[in-house]
Amino acid sequence: MANHEPTASERFINGIIPENPVYRQLLGLCPVLAVTAALKPAITMAGATAFVLICANIIVSSIRHLLKPHLRILVFTLTIATFVTIADRFLAAFLPNMSDVLGPYVPLIIVNCLIISRCEACSSKQGLLPSLGDAIGMSLGFTLALASIAGVRELLGKGQLFEFTILPESIWNGWGIMILPPGAFLTMGLLLGLVEWVSPMFKRGKEEA
Amino acid sequence: MDTFITLILIFVSAAVINNFVLYYFVGICPFLGVSRRVDTAFGMGCAVTFVISIASFLSWVFTFFILRPGAPLATWVWQAFGGDPGTVVDLTIMSYIMYIFVIASSVQFVEMYVRKFFPPLYKAFGVFLPLITTNCAILFACLEILKQVTGDTPWGLHHALVFAIGGGVGFTIAISLMAGLREELDMCDVPKTLKGPGIALIVASILAMAFMGFTGVEKGIATSINSFRAETKAPMEPKIEVLTHPVQIPAQPNPSDMPADAAETDQGSSQEPAGEPESEPNPTENSEKGAEQP
Repeated sequence: MANHEPTASERFINGIIPENPVYRQLLGLCPVLAVTAALKPAITMAGATAFVLICANIIVSSIRHLLKPHLRILVFTLTIATFVTIADRFLAAFLPNMSDVLGPYVPLIIVNCLIISRCEACSSKQGLLPSLGDAIGMSLGFTLALASIAGVRELLGKGQLFEFTILPESIWNGWGIMILPPGAFLTMGLLLGLVEWVSPMFKRGKEEA
Repeated sequence: MDTFITLILIFVSAAVINNFVLYYFVGICPFLGVSRRVDTAFGMGCAVTFVISIASFLSWVFTFFILRPGAPLATWVWQAFGGDPGTVVDLTIMSYIMYIFVIASSVQFVEMYVRKFFPPLYKAFGVFLPLITTNCAILFACLEILKQVTGDTPWGLHHALVFAIGGGVGFTIAISLMAGLREELDMCDVPKTLKGPGIALIVASILAMAFMGFTGVEKGIATSINSFRAETKAPMEPKIEVLTHPVQIPAQPNPSDMPADAAETDQGSSQEPAGEPESEPNPTENSEKGAEQP
């Protein structure tokens, strides 16, 4: 890793599982916990974050030679803030229900550490193609994480997935706590443990093969 | 509602009921990252409270005078450059960029100022200051102020400041509690896969459950303050007299019926007034007067 710069495809694969932004790097936890009471807002949130991440990475990567070191964080945040404003207005215009549900968490994408850390770690150092691959990979990883947490919470909390009833009330009395704030922390903690537990098995399997 | 009660309610609800960390999930990164020891956690909490107050003050000023629809400064500039006076100037679309700019620059200035004039303070929480720029809690406070200033009952500067300080105090409470718990967790035998952030999140879940117990406290506070005021200020406030008089007045015009019954009840239960002083103070008074008058 230190000697050669990772290529676009490496970056892309990296983002999804090996360096998953949520489970591996614990970045951007604020929306991960806040909007995952159900799958629909979680997917919308992931889409908005992906849009902002990809656009910001493209811009930062193309102006990376002009950046002054002491001003770069400010430039990153202003770039991100511009795209977040676009995403927020878009959601308010075309998906007003989702915009109401997500509320302040759309503007809070600005301070999502995931995007700033990708700008800092990848796109301010590498060219357009690797940073594009990195952005898409990272957003897929983020979507995966959000969807897994939201799926568990919605299924256990209401017995539904995407608002379709999977477990009817006669079988499953929803655990109300799962769609409340404590359920978010609990699900996230347990899934984190699960990922920690499963991933060494995969690694061992790869080494043996 | 009274301004004072509103302020207390804003403070309590920002600090404990809708705690920034455990209810709104803002500021999770430092909550998990800087909560290994109590003293650093407390320092981080104080730094956040400090910055959040300054940023909220600035963002209220900017929102009120520049950003909100029909803001005075923006309207003045619009008209000074020959714009149509009938237009409502609305710059809310600029708000996110403005807030990020305000937060980043205020963190920068606070850091420079503290380093220059309060070196011990800088040593205590100087390292946390740059981290605070990307703390969601501060932007969240600014956004809430934007929502309330453009809302139906606009917040004044005092509301915004009390909200910000309450939020900062709530953040400090949450992160200090968490650090205390994690110091104890170091001694525990945690399953290997859950070590580190996993068990911290589960502990945070239990903390959040505990904080859910505060739900509805604000209504209790409001009613208790109101009843306390009603007791102490009853003679001075006209509204409460209007409420109580109609109960008393009908008893006074017919004293002719009262004396006989009242005298009997007085004789029959002379110890009763001591047992129930609050429930029927006025009838006994009236009956005593009635008994004396003839």
